Amino acid sequence: MSAAATVNQPAEGAAGESPVAPVLEIEDLSITYRSRGGDVNAVRHVDLALRPGEVVGLAGESGSGKSTLALGAVRLLRPPAVITSGRVTYRGRRIGEGGFDVLAANAHELRRLRWREISIVFQSAMNALNPVLRIRDQLGDVIDAHMPLRREAKRARLESLLDLVGIPRERLRSYPHELSGGMRQRVMIAMALAVEPEVVIMDEPTTALDVVVQREILEQVAELRKELGFAMLFITHDLSLLLELADRIMILYAGQLAELGSALAIRNATAHPYTAGLLDSFPSVRGPRRALSGIPGSPPDMRELPRGCPFTPRCSFARAACSEVTMKPLTVGEGHVSTCPFVGADELAQARATRREGSPR
Amino acid sequence: MSELEPLAATLGPLVLEARELSKTYRIARGVQLEAVSDVSFGLYQRAIVALVGESGSGKSTVAKLLAGQERASAGSIRLDGETIEPARRRRFRAHKSEVQMVFQDPFSSLNPVHRVGYHLERPVRLHRGARTRAEVAAQTTELLEEVRLTPPEHFLAKFPHELSGGQRQRVAIARALAVRPRVLLADEPVSMLDVSIRLGVLDLIADLRSRFDLAVLYITHDIASARYFADETLVMYAGRIVERGPSETLTQQPAHPYTQLLLGAAPDPDRPATRLASGHARAAVGRAGSSLAGLPGCRFAPRCPFADERCRSQAPPLLPITRRRAAACWRLDVAAPALAKALDEEREEAIRT
Repeated sequence: MSAAATVNQPAEGAAGESPVAPVLEIEDLSITYRSRGGDVNAVRHVDLALRPGEVVGLAGESGSGKSTLALGAVRLLRPPAVITSGRVTYRGRRIGEGGFDVLAANAHELRRLRWREISIVFQSAMNALNPVLRIRDQLGDVIDAHMPLRREAKRARLESLLDLVGIPRERLRSYPHELSGGMRQRVMIAMALAVEPEVVIMDEPTTALDVVVQREILEQVAELRKELGFAMLFITHDLSLLLELADRIMILYAGQLAELGSALAIRNATAHPYTAGLLDSFPSVRGPRRALSGIPGSPPDMRELPRGCPFTPRCSFARAACSEVTMKPLTVGEGHVSTCPFVGADELAQARATRREGSPR
Repeated sequence: MSELEPLAATLGPLVLEARELSKTYRIARGVQLEAVSDVSFGLYQRAIVALVGESGSGKSTVAKLLAGQERASAGSIRLDGETIEPARRRRFRAHKSEVQMVFQDPFSSLNPVHRVGYHLERPVRLHRGARTRAEVAAQTTELLEEVRLTPPEHFLAKFPHELSGGQRQRVAIARALAVRPRVLLADEPVSMLDVSIRLGVLDLIADLRSRFDLAVLYITHDIASARYFADETLVMYAGRIVERGPSETLTQQPAHPYTQLLLGAAPDPDRPATRLASGHARAAVGRAGSSLAGLPGCRFAPRCPFADERCRSQAPPLLPITRRRAAACWRLDVAAPALAKALDEEREEAIRT
């Protein structure tokens, strides 16, 4: 293959378009952190459509812009972060009748949007609870603010919320310090679900927890999603979790799209060398021991990105033409896009298979 | 059954040994927490031993005891067969330099107001006897090369905040090596790093143990990484070792119900997405084990699907199940029937011959 030959075709229209209207649509979103040392373009021209009831996983290393993207999408960023381009719509086709242009919304509209329509569970949720208020009062606050209920109805609602996340009802009287880390994280999830939002954003909700507790919570989240039907944007640096949990997965690198596709396609028809590197980074407990390679080097310095594809310095398929690449989503399969124009899924699979035949470890 | 012969012991001579180590904390009047109880194992030259457990299982306390940061309530620590007593100051200081630690959080284990060079120069002067500026420079440069932070001159002048998490952890490892230790205690060295760079740091530690003949203790909650990285794995629950054996056989054929639970909870990329939603691992529900002193029975019994009367009244001892493996469970015949059956056959075979 000659250096400039491209194997992947440009994507037509939005990535992975489907007849179902997305509930949250992010188009061409760019977010910049302004600083004296120069601007940092944390998110660059990212498109993402979240359909009703689906789980989209957002994966990437620290500094890849995944949290910034999610926070920007609900306007939770403060200066020095500035949204420099793009459009975010909630139920975009129904603006005016329950839909929002999120980026144009005023404070009053945002208040209606948050919790009621879109809620967030943060990574540090364990520490996000007020230490001097009982669980009852903190959960109650959300209900009072967004879905006022009479006293009896509110009590019943609080109890059913705790049932939902598997915490004994008597814990309503507890203070946060009386709960374990896993329980506090569950309270945060209950809080996010308190007024039945359409979209729940989970920003590394289980990173600080033990594996066993993490599994319990993820199973609970998966069940709740089935039961309540909300759409979920799940952010993590651990791709192995997403392969189990998500319907679709978006891989971000240096604030830009690397690959987007169904969880199955990401795993079985990997089309971007960075995704392949992530997949070969974590050991598995089952099956034969396979050779792991990890990804050489460190995440990029966002102030000094190389020209063209930012993954080039760490990429084993890098070639001279990589510095000329414009990062555009290219279709590699149905609803499956990659920004790498040179490496195809077959070539990647072959390279990975050859590497695995080497000695384990 | 005969004495246990740990796999790690076949790789090199014994360096550091924990013998019936216990650590008790008083948490309230009359209430004692047995963070570590009756833990025995050895660290051998050129061998990596993993200590796996959830938070609160006592695994970090074991590391602190071995490093001499905490004093054991009972039991002993031996370096080259000689019991370490904190009262013997000079010997104790020597012990501390031979046993080095790498901590979980590379963001707080380096001093933010000092450059990388400063962190390495001090141990090089104190422990390597470097005198002149040229000697110090040569040795710090060499250390950075050992942990593959190249070019070294570039990193010597950097402050910790200018480095990524993986680079900081490499500096922490270089600092531990500066003392020329024989034992490296790595307490969750990669759990705060990105998944993509964990492997590089683990491979570095594995490589250093061969080149410097280190005995390594790798403390982690990630049993999958123990499978790849450690020769032998010890599983700890509520202060006790509940199972030990060669990493590969232990993870592929776990004996203790807790090891089975841990393995079931590990993310598995080869498992289809439907598995998560099906509530398969519901057996996992339960609170972390209590380490309160004086409670009778097996500490895992309240969460164990196989527990019976005996489990609730009598603590099971850690007994060898093969030459290389041991488990503390009364109900192995039910919990791991295939393993138990194989053992019975082996036993009969042994009796016959």
